[in-house]
Amino acid sequence: MLNQQEQHTKKLQKCRVLGPCAVEFAAANTGSWRLERPIVRFNECIKCGTCQRFCPADLITIDKGKKECVDIDMNYCKGCGICANECPKKCIDMVDERSVG
Amino acid sequence: MAHYKMLDGNTACVEAIKMAKVKVVSAYPITPQSTIAEKLSEEVESGALDAGYIRVESEHTAMSCAVGAQLTGVRTATATASVGLALMHEVLNVASGCRVPIVMPVVNRSLASPWSLWCDHQDSIAERDSGWLQLYCENVQDIYDTMLMAYRIAENPEVLTPIMVCLDGFFLSHSMQKVLLPEQAEVDEFIGEYTVNNLKLDPEDPMVIDNLIGSDEITEMKYQQAIGFEKAHDVMLEVFEEFYQKFGRRKALVEGYRTEDAEAVVVTLGSMSGTAKYVVDQLHEQGHKVGAVKVVSFRPFPAKELRELLSGIKKVAVIDRTTGFGGEGAPMWVETKAALSDEYLVKGYIAGLAGRDIHTGTIEQVFRDILASDQAGEKPVWIDCNTEHAMNIREVNKYV
Amino acid sequence: MFNLKSEARGFIAHGVSACAGCGMELIIRNVLDVLGSDTTIVIPPGCSALFCGFGNETGMKISAFQGNLENSAAYATGISRGYRAQGNDHTKVVAFAGDGGTLDIGLQALSGMMERGEDVLYICYDNEAYMNTGIQGSSSTPYGTSTTTTPGGKTVQKKDLLGIAIAHQIPYCASATVSHIPDLRKKVEKAKHVKGPSLLHIHCPCPTGWGFDTAKSVEVCRKGVQSGAWLLYEYENGKIRVNVKPKELLPVKEYLMLQRRFRKMSDEQVGALERAIREQYEKLLEKEE
Repeated sequence: MLNQQEQHTKKLQKCRVLGPCAVEFAAANTGSWRLERPIVRFNECIKCGTCQRFCPADLITIDKGKKECVDIDMNYCKGCGICANECPKKCIDMVDERSVG
Repeated sequence: MAHYKMLDGNTACVEAIKMAKVKVVSAYPITPQSTIAEKLSEEVESGALDAGYIRVESEHTAMSCAVGAQLTGVRTATATASVGLALMHEVLNVASGCRVPIVMPVVNRSLASPWSLWCDHQDSIAERDSGWLQLYCENVQDIYDTMLMAYRIAENPEVLTPIMVCLDGFFLSHSMQKVLLPEQAEVDEFIGEYTVNNLKLDPEDPMVIDNLIGSDEITEMKYQQAIGFEKAHDVMLEVFEEFYQKFGRRKALVEGYRTEDAEAVVVTLGSMSGTAKYVVDQLHEQGHKVGAVKVVSFRPFPAKELRELLSGIKKVAVIDRTTGFGGEGAPMWVETKAALSDEYLVKGYIAGLAGRDIHTGTIEQVFRDILASDQAGEKPVWIDCNTEHAMNIREVNKYV
Repeated sequence: MFNLKSEARGFIAHGVSACAGCGMELIIRNVLDVLGSDTTIVIPPGCSALFCGFGNETGMKISAFQGNLENSAAYATGISRGYRAQGNDHTKVVAFAGDGGTLDIGLQALSGMMERGEDVLYICYDNEAYMNTGIQGSSSTPYGTSTTTTPGGKTVQKKDLLGIAIAHQIPYCASATVSHIPDLRKKVEKAKHVKGPSLLHIHCPCPTGWGFDTAKSVEVCRKGVQSGAWLLYEYENGKIRVNVKPKELLPVKEYLMLQRRFRKMSDEQVGALERAIREQYEKLLEKEE
């Protein structure tokens, strides 16, 4: 309870601290590492979510209502190919990044 | 009301830790520190100290637990000696680098090898550059007082630097002396509650502490620590004064005894300082103008105060209770030499290793030597060392 | 409080500099997703330290402390005791360390933590060598593995972490792997609610150190389970339960041949490993009864 009350009265303000700490939540540009890019053949996709489950960077969103039902965030995708390897329908192709416009 | 009690040095540490109301204790037994670990567990068990006691499996873990717990916002306690302190070495630097103001009694004992249970300063002096403040105590009352003041110094927001309160193993840790203990309320008023406004582990206000930092910023963070030591110097003077006002006992960064008009002084650290004063009195009766200087704070080293205190005294004998291998002199000599101009004759003496007694005769010998010296010599004098015999101390039958 | 320069679905940034195909990234995302924000994590230097970030930037938005290599369990102990001393009995303190930091240099601190019954969840992501320093062998490196310090292949078996944890009779410990994510999450959920020490030993595929294509991380681990090279089981309140029981174990060769780290193993060595694995599996099934 005390904590909750404090939460209401506490104000976020800049404070000087001494010693090592990190408080900027940031992401590295890992999309630039990619040599191969996953391309989903949507017409064969059964929207099972396997690719989403195994993506190490958690970049895959499944939207069952859409025709392009699998969205992969290419800003961060390293192109590891786990999604393609695990896909039970084998409907994700890894294509050479240089061949994609 | 303040009251007198007979305490040994270790128990004086425990009394101070108890009155500082630490919340987490992590301690690992090692001679001659063991009774601190035991008594703290008793205080927790009996409820006299409302804290969690972590019966750790090593000194390395003891220090790690202290750092982890204190980063959540509580005052912690641990204590160690000798090789235990050496085992902590890695984490001592984390404590100081993360500005965790832990107060730790170090019961000085020789470092292996050879094995010894007895006192010298090799253990704490070896941690000279770990980023910890170091105060050395002369007697049991001094231990208790220094512990109380240590919390104020280390936790000062301008200082935020951990501190070792060093007491000579057995000479102080196991020596029963009369100690004036204040009331809890007085201590509360003096030390106050522990609050942390620096790095803190708090899931409601999270941060990532102690990650990898680039060299540029590390230089600045190390400079922050250097500033902490500078501030510690000033804060110590304030805290010593406040302590005097409140409890009536004076303390200084470096204390002189009969230094006025002295021709020669001996500079000491720790429990030998009492012996030095006694010898000074005796030599005065014999007509010798000598004095004694006790260094209380080895880190920060009070160079300016020492310089003022020694002003006009041409002969300075420095007794190191450690070896300083390969240097021109041992660490205390180096500091003293650096503080003074070349006009001073600063001569180094190595004595009291591994509990070898620094008795009145030892100090007299040092005074006789310095009074008769007209130069410092190229290396320190090893007191009572049979240098002729040293290389042949063991002869064994073996196949060669 | 974190200044968010990047958006993320969970507590880990989407762009972190783990190698492509790294199993550790998959593990920590799932672990923190289950544990939630009321968590403080202790991470030693090593691959997982990259989540702590560099300079003022971090790839992890929960309270965290980067410790030393050998004392994650000790820091976690101190943090847990610090919280409990202030009446906070809810924040989960978790140590997240590799096999070197756990089974080699960190074993003493871990043993102390388990023996004393500290309220800490200890997670060992086991990539079976010192990967961050360049693939040197550890006590968790399997028999026959080539590493940069076992160039001829390791001549002894890997240390049994769960066996060590069970010998401490802690309330809960389990093995897990990235090919069985729901099983992994269930085990994290169980460990989350344990009061006292719990330990998860998670097989962590490393394409760089094990020598396989980055796409095969999950497949390699699945083969590890199917061949018995990695057994999935848990120890709860004194009882062992085997979570995945292949009726017939795949020949271990099918697991080994996917990875270059086993390339120097002779047929005799493969046979010896096969026998050791089968014996271990049978013993485990016996213990379950």
